[in-house]
Amino acid sequence: MEFLSQPLTLLTFFPLLGVLALAFIPSERKNLLRWTALVTTLVTFGLSLWVLSMFNASDPTLQLGKAYDWITVAGWNIQYHLGVDGLSILLVLLTGFLTPISILSTWTAVEERVKDFMMFFLLLEVGMMGVFLAQDLFLFYIFWEFTLVPMYFLIGIWGGPRRIYAAVKFFLYTMAGSILMLLAILFVAIQAGTFSVPGLIAKLPELYASGAIDPQTQIWLFLAFTAAFAIKVPMWPLHSWLPDAHVEAPTAGSVILAGVLLKMGTYGFLRFNIPLFPQAAVQMAPWIALFATIGIIYGAAVSYAQSDVKKLVAYSSVSHLGFVMLGMFALNEQGIVGAILQMINHGLSTGALFLLIGMIYEQTHTRTISVYGGLWKITPIFGTIMLIASLSSMGLPGLNGFVGEFTILLGAFGSQAIGSPWYAGISAAGVIMAAVYILYMFQKMFLGPTGSIVEEVKHHGHALRDLNWREILTVLPLLIFIFWIGLYPKPFFDLMAPTVKALVSALPLP
Amino acid sequence: MSQYINPIDLATILPAIVLVVWACVLLLVDLFIPRERKGLTAVLAAFGLALSLGLTLAQSGGTSSGFKGMVTLDGFSAFLNALLLVSGLFGVALAYGYVRRMGLERGEYYILLLFSVVGMMLMVQASDLIVVFIALELLSIPLYVLAALNARQIESEEAGLKYFLLGSFSTGFLVYGIALIFGATGSTSYSGIVTAASAGTSGLLLTIGAALLLVGFGFKVAAVPFHMWTPDVYQGAPTSVTAFMSSGAKIAGFAALLRVFALAFPTLTADLTPILAALAALTMIVGNLVAVSQTNIKRLLAYSSIAHAGYILMAFVPYGNPQVMPVSVAAGLFYLVAYAVSNFGAWGVVIALEKQGGKGLELGDYAGLFWKNRPLALAMTVFMLSLIGFPPTIGMVGKFYLFRAVIDGGFVWLAIVGVVTSLISAYYYLRVVVNMFMREGEPQTGSEFWLNFTWGLTALATVVVSFVPQPLFAWASSAVLRLF
Repeated sequence: MEFLSQPLTLLTFFPLLGVLALAFIPSERKNLLRWTALVTTLVTFGLSLWVLSMFNASDPTLQLGKAYDWITVAGWNIQYHLGVDGLSILLVLLTGFLTPISILSTWTAVEERVKDFMMFFLLLEVGMMGVFLAQDLFLFYIFWEFTLVPMYFLIGIWGGPRRIYAAVKFFLYTMAGSILMLLAILFVAIQAGTFSVPGLIAKLPELYASGAIDPQTQIWLFLAFTAAFAIKVPMWPLHSWLPDAHVEAPTAGSVILAGVLLKMGTYGFLRFNIPLFPQAAVQMAPWIALFATIGIIYGAAVSYAQSDVKKLVAYSSVSHLGFVMLGMFALNEQGIVGAILQMINHGLSTGALFLLIGMIYEQTHTRTISVYGGLWKITPIFGTIMLIASLSSMGLPGLNGFVGEFTILLGAFGSQAIGSPWYAGISAAGVIMAAVYILYMFQKMFLGPTGSIVEEVKHHGHALRDLNWREILTVLPLLIFIFWIGLYPKPFFDLMAPTVKALVSALPLP
Repeated sequence: MSQYINPIDLATILPAIVLVVWACVLLLVDLFIPRERKGLTAVLAAFGLALSLGLTLAQSGGTSSGFKGMVTLDGFSAFLNALLLVSGLFGVALAYGYVRRMGLERGEYYILLLFSVVGMMLMVQASDLIVVFIALELLSIPLYVLAALNARQIESEEAGLKYFLLGSFSTGFLVYGIALIFGATGSTSYSGIVTAASAGTSGLLLTIGAALLLVGFGFKVAAVPFHMWTPDVYQGAPTSVTAFMSSGAKIAGFAALLRVFALAFPTLTADLTPILAALAALTMIVGNLVAVSQTNIKRLLAYSSIAHAGYILMAFVPYGNPQVMPVSVAAGLFYLVAYAVSNFGAWGVVIALEKQGGKGLELGDYAGLFWKNRPLALAMTVFMLSLIGFPPTIGMVGKFYLFRAVIDGGFVWLAIVGVVTSLISAYYYLRVVVNMFMREGEPQTGSEFWLNFTWGLTALATVVVSFVPQPLFAWASSAVLRLF
């Protein structure tokens, strides 16, 4: 039972205590339920900061975890092993950071079945933390699949009019990828005799060298893992679940979906695909770059065509995550650190956009862009914050998005693995297209003549109000990081650089 | 060797003997129990099952052979007999309140169930085709009667008759197969068959005989294309009978199948493995695809049970490969446990919602269940996730084990069929969940102590075992087959 006192175990499973506490609070005491959930997630965030304080950034290996035997009979070699390194530390922090913010955003938005909502939300946090910390394929797979369950309920119960369709589609799409990964996991683990990720990284090169796993098989394994992660990211053309899930999900669900769940996909590539199947990764890099580039352009173009603002942001995610994929499969240090930073950036800026859209939606109950207009005059604070979030999303220098995209493009230009600067060149156009759709959205909603919705809301007896203190408090932490990363990204790069360096140095680049 | 029955013979099948004697005694005792107090028979029947379970567990670890090699006691039989007896106990627990509520309460119910369990246990221990045949009849005939127990309802009568006719038909195949095998090898004992077969005296006749045996077992475990009876029988039979039959008969059928194939037909691998593989793939595909369009929960679970026959069958495909064989057996046994536990739980929830006259069985009747009765809906969600193979449930661990055996055996294509059909199954299992959580409704649920106990315990086990599967893994992998 010693494993229970491990810092990472505490961090992962602490929200379960919150679930337990919630179970004993009567359903009608809604504020108590909200506070309990908020305090739980804040403590979890505190634990993630505690983990950060113990984290040694100059050490590229897994830290703070120990492997405990879990199932070791009949040829199984499964361990309970949590660990953190430069690839995951920022994502762990992001999870801890975004969850309380999401809870805060539900304060008045979720009035029905608050207790169950909070329970599912805390369970979701357990799953997400587990995904980023698990260092055993079996354990990882359990957490990976488990995150689906609470999210499925969050969309399906508290979502919009087409929530059931969206929830089921989300579930089936994601599962479709995971099951192929399951077979690949079993195949690799049987061949290597272990499920442990560090164990596999040590053992697999022998198997490749001895021909026990031939290059063709390695590519198939790589593709099976890719199926799971590419759907989650989502990479074009596997993205079609995303707009549905985002549009139907409640605001907090969208924030977590965009902020953290999509990162599970990109993280999976980084943690498993690249180190476990290095030759295949190098070989497939141009293809991934191609799909990423198509995703960047396609996502941006489709965003521009949306009339629903939440859908617009959802498609912009396809485009932004395309950048992350491009940077990652540049397979050099710049590209990968840029990709990791961009994962965080996307979580912050898209998270902020979804929160803000949720706040206005709570008042107007519509997300159709064309009924808005001239909001800045009426709600100046809202307008200003929205502008900052939008500019961050389109990559304005001085804000976080620019640092990430710039580093990624730099990495992709000089990438040996991708082999051609054209992908980076075409992707750069995506940055410009982002400016087009984001500014188009901002102009339609916040500038120009006052939109019809303002009158309509007035008609119902209450004027459109600006953000209140709680709403400002909800987005303020995100804004701080948007500026911080934009102006001084070094501490963030420092956290991941040694691990990324070690990862890249192990690759058989041409 | 003595000509007479000696104590070792009796010890080999002691738990079954105790149970059959107990059932006979109970037949007489039941005469003196007044009609309105038949619950007492249930309690006595449960006591007999528990006694037999205790003996089985006490015997586990030992190996012996009795009646001149016609029955075997080994790790495999101890494991499965324990599972069968637990299934019997669950069967009694589910029936206890249900039969009273439906006006079907009769002492014979429990006694027939005991006889059927005895048949299943002998089937697990059989190492001679004659014993297989007798055991099969002993397990089937009580089930025919039980299926038709609610004879006032035309569906139940139809279920009984259909099960009887098709069951007899399949037994015919089985007996014909036995005859051909006897003709080819001059023996009905597994050791005799394998000796003759490896001496090279066998041939086409033996292969045909083995294939006919497969047909007979295929009926019992509801494998496609021998599954036609399943949905109608499962739907028409009283739900508590269906719950017992869908687990017990399947366990027994698979046990016999595995023992016969592994011990008697290792020489026929080249011919039989492709047939098994095709049968498994077909069963998974058809079972899951047809389940998608069901709206009645009993039919849905019936097709789900067909589909699961496919998954379990998959584990046995590499039976001829001696390196993979132990993994194969262990995976199959573990999955049988996973299936039995989740399946009993799911049927328990069905019973909790069922009303007189076959009401309360449509998926729509589950709408809003979570908001009316949280524990029940959560339990059902756990069972559905387990049947999909989703964490954190025993079904997920079971599928992990199963796919490992298949990949170990080199049948990657079959594993792919397995996971893709699992994905299809997610769609229809989720429909139940969608109804319970995401639609509004006013479901009414029944609450009886032993019913609640059953679904509560199985739900707990489904989750807990997924976190600590080690003991069960260890037991399953030590439950090896032994040939005398």
